[in-house]
Order: sequence, then structure tokens, then C-alpha cells
Amino acid sequence: MAPLLHLENITKSFGRVTVAKDMTLSVAPGEALGIVGPNGAGKSSLFAMISGDLRPDRGTIRFDGRDITGAAPHARTRAGIGRTYQVPRPFEHLTVFENVLVCGHQGARLKGRAAWQRTMEVLDRTGLAPLANTPAGRLGLLQRKRLEVARAMGTGPRLVLLDEVAGGLTEPEVLELVTVVRQLHTEGLGIVWIEHVVHALVKTVGRMVCLAGGDVVADGDPVEVLADPKVRELYLGAGPEAGAGTAAEVLQ
Amino acid sequence: MSLSAALTSRAAAAVDVRRAGRSATVSALMPLAAVVVLAALPFLVYAGVTDTLVNLFVLIALASMWNLLAGFGGLVSVGQQAYIGIGAYSVIAFAGQGVQPYLAILLAALTSVIFAVPTSWLAFRLRGDYFAVGTWVIAEVYRLVVVRVDSLGGASGKGLTGLAGIDQTLRGALTYWVALGLAFASIATCYLLLRGRLGLSLMAVRDEETAAGSAGIDVRRAKYLVYLVAAAGCGAAGGVITVSSLSVNPDAVFSVQWSAYMIFIVVIGGIGFIEGPLLGAVVFFALQQFLADYGSWYLVLLGAIGMAAALWLPGGLWGVMRDRTGLSLFPVGYHVRL
Repeated sequence: MAPLLHLENITKSFGRVTVAKDMTLSVAPGEALGIVGPNGAGKSSLFAMISGDLRPDRGTIRFDGRDITGAAPHARTRAGIGRTYQVPRPFEHLTVFENVLVCGHQGARLKGRAAWQRTMEVLDRTGLAPLANTPAGRLGLLQRKRLEVARAMGTGPRLVLLDEVAGGLTEPEVLELVTVVRQLHTEGLGIVWIEHVVHALVKTVGRMVCLAGGDVVADGDPVEVLADPKVRELYLGAGPEAGAGTAAEVLQ
Repeated sequence: MSLSAALTSRAAAAVDVRRAGRSATVSALMPLAAVVVLAALPFLVYAGVTDTLVNLFVLIALASMWNLLAGFGGLVSVGQQAYIGIGAYSVIAFAGQGVQPYLAILLAALTSVIFAVPTSWLAFRLRGDYFAVGTWVIAEVYRLVVVRVDSLGGASGKGLTGLAGIDQTLRGALTYWVALGLAFASIATCYLLLRGRLGLSLMAVRDEETAAGSAGIDVRRAKYLVYLVAAAGCGAAGGVITVSSLSVNPDAVFSVQWSAYMIFIVVIGGIGFIEGPLLGAVVFFALQQFLADYGSWYLVLLGAIGMAAALWLPGGLWGVMRDRTGLSLFPVGYHVRL
């Protein structure tokens, strides 16, 4: 099957710091891909380049066969790429309903009642419906993270980029969120998920990529990637023995 | 879309959304009633009163436009006097060509939009503080260019032709009605614009520009549209200033003082509320009338009030009123019946 998202020979650096080094990566339609890697590996920059907040120095990005390397962020959203931000960026003065509604209007190009309906569906799914009339500025962290997911869903995506949506949440909250994401995936939505909470990823994704120094160091089955000695050394920050133990714990 | 197909848990009838606000009928009737009463004033009061009220209506229009730009679009401009000046001079120029001056006000709005297009290319390269200072500089450039055009009267300005044949009382009343129409149209434009999908997009852009792009909003286009609308409004206001004063002076119409007035009015009235500039303009206008005899103390007091409002009333007077009463004359939000 032709890839839904295809990045080819992407290079990006800020002065002497390289966040992407000739990176090539594909995501198939409906695939759930997890991305791990140490801080500074270029994970968030990768998302910024896919969503259009950052332009690569070299290389091409294709979505659904179309070259979107130079496209504006809103054009990519309308093409079907939804995203969340690691540090939530709610529209603070708008209500939760309005936050998602504007995504339905502008991202999914819905009008009137169809947009309202879709917004409420998304709020139901993400557990935010009771807070529909609450200004987003008054939400707590879990709700802000949920709102990030809800807004991404509101744009009517075929692929969502989740940037550490589980970070900073308590264990039961992580489980709730994993349930939401898994359900979306089973309905055919493509997912690329950056996450430090590795057990949340392993429960959800079918494939995992480890980034380091702006390049892919491992790519494949999540269990195998986590067991890879290179990954253990890089990401888990420990020797092979300790790493094996951590990976095994993670997989339980 | 498999996902939309799956998301059918909510029946269409189950989603009950109202436009936020307590009393929609009151909201619609109060402004209309006010306009009817105000429209009758030239038949009821001395010309001195209506002449003074023209200034209030101009301030309402200007402040509404600035509120639209800054309070809803996040575009903090200190250079809207550029369009006041362009509008004022447009009326002079069109009247000189034989166009009826009152009709020339519409052309003044159009001229301002035409000038706003290339200006925005320049101004939109700047952000935040730089945008504010940049717009001021651009306004100064327009003033410096205008004073070099001899046919527009150069540095000393020019008188308005074309209203000489009209009886003075009738002229005063016509100017009053045109100014009232301008204030009404400014508020109505804000309301209709903000109630629609563009309005929600604008508020999202104001709150979080990066996230707005990811939400699918064409950020540039939203800002561009609101900038052009504000230019049209300020241009028309400049035109009204000309027909009211019957002459134009470059230093007066291109004065940065207009921006100071707009900011003061919006800050004390309540930024980000359509009602804010309306209330703020009335308060400012009253202060102006009461303090006119106190010389420079007038400015000192205005400054102190502006600072106090910015520090202790972040939502302005209307913000306080809305929090106490839940009243909204111009509801633009959404309320879901859960």
C-alpha cells in the first residue's frame, strides 16, 4: 500500500544543532507508529516539520501522494493531518466547545449543525462533554491534554500526531487516555505518537521508531525495538543488562 | 471517512446549541431602540447637542474598529490614524471632483481599504510590539507624503467644498445622522463578523496563533480580513470628521492621539467585548466634557484612569458589568444545553 505520510531525506539544523539528518520515514494508512528517543533527538521538530510549523532545510514531505513540504499549517490540517502539542495550547478565552468547533469549521470544513454535532461527538469521545461550556483557560492538565486530542479529532484527520499526551498524567489518567487513542486507531485512524511513557505506547502501537541525533536508529516491532541494545543504551540511558530489565518491566 | 461514520453516537436532535447570552430578545431590541431615539434627536434638541454627539459617534466607531483589531484579532495597532487621515483626505479629494461629500464617505472607506492592502504586506511582516511601532511609523509616512501634495493643501490642510449650498441646520442634522449611521454600522459589522465562523477563528488566532494554524485556520487570511475591515471603518470615520469640521488638517487627522483615544476607550470599556468600546466611548466622552476646563489636569486624570483600569479592571467596565449581571448585548459565543 502507498504510504499515507512519507518523509524523504529530511534535513534540518539550527546552527550547529541538527534535529533531522537525512531522515527517511513512512507511515502507512491506518498505521499506529510510536516514536521514542532521548531528549533532543528531534522528535518534536519532526512533528513541527510534518504539521508545517517548521520547514526542513532539505528533503520532501508527502501526504497522501501530495508534496506538502512548503504548504502552510492550515493547508496540511485541511488535507487530513491533525496534531496535539506537548505543552497544551488551548484557546484560553474560548469554551471547550468553541475550541473544538473552530477545528470543525476550519479543519474539517463543516458548517452549522453538522459542525456542532461533530464537536459534541468528539467531546463525548474524549470525555469533555460535561465541560463543553467551560472556558479552556480554566481546565486542569488532564483536561487540557484531552482538549488537545479533541481539537486534533475535530479537524477530521486521517492521521493524528500525538506529542506526549500522556506526559505529566497520573497512572489512571494515562490508562483512560490510552483507551481513547486505541479506540480511535481501531476505527482506522493513522497515529504517530511521541511518548516518554513507554508502556502507554506499547499498549497501542504496532510499530516503533527510535530517533537519536536526528536520525532513525531502530524501526520495527515495539518489543524488538525496545530490546535493541542501541535503543537501550540511548533511550533508557543504561547498560545492556539494566536496559533489558527495564524493557521487560515496561512490557509487563 | 470511516471515522465520521463511526461517530454516530449522538443524534442530530440531541445537540442543542444556543448562542451564548441571557436574553436574546432584549439584546436585539435595546440597541435598536437606542438608535431610534438617537435618530430623532435633531428634532428634539439644540444643534449644539447633536454637533457634540457627532464626536461621540466617531469615537464609538473608531474604538469598535480598534477593539476588533486588537481585542479580537490580536493586532495591536498604534497606526489606525493612517486610515482616519486617508479617509478624511479622500472626502476632500472626491468632493473636489464634484462628488456629494456625504456619499464620498463611502468612497473614503473604499480608498482606505485600497491603501490598507499594500500597507498590510509591510505591517504583517512585524509582530507584537514591532507591529505596534511599525503601524505608527507607517501612519507618519502617510502624513509626510500628504503634506507634500500641494493639491491637497500641503501642510496647512484644505477646506471642504460641496456642502455650501445646504442649509446649516439641515447640514448639521445630516452630519449627525451620518455619524450615527457610522457608529451603528461599526458595531453591527463587529457583531455580524464575530458571530460567524470568521469571528471564532479570529479569537482562536488571538489566543494561540500556532495552535490556530493546526486547527485549520488560515491565520494570515483572518488577520488580513480584519485589518481591511478596520481600515474601512477608520476611513469612513475620517470622512465623517471632515464633513463635520468642513476642513482637514494633516497634523490633526494623522495624529497619534487618535490611537491613544481608541486604546483608552477600549481599555476602560472592556477589550474583547463588543459592548466595551460603546461603554468606554460614553465614559471617555463624559470625562472629556466635564474636564474640558481643567487644562492639562484633564490629561493627567485620563492617564491615571487608564492605568487604573488596566491594572484593576482587566475586563474593563463591561467585564465587571457582565460578571455581575450575566448580561450580553451582543452575544457571539456558543452555549451547549447539556
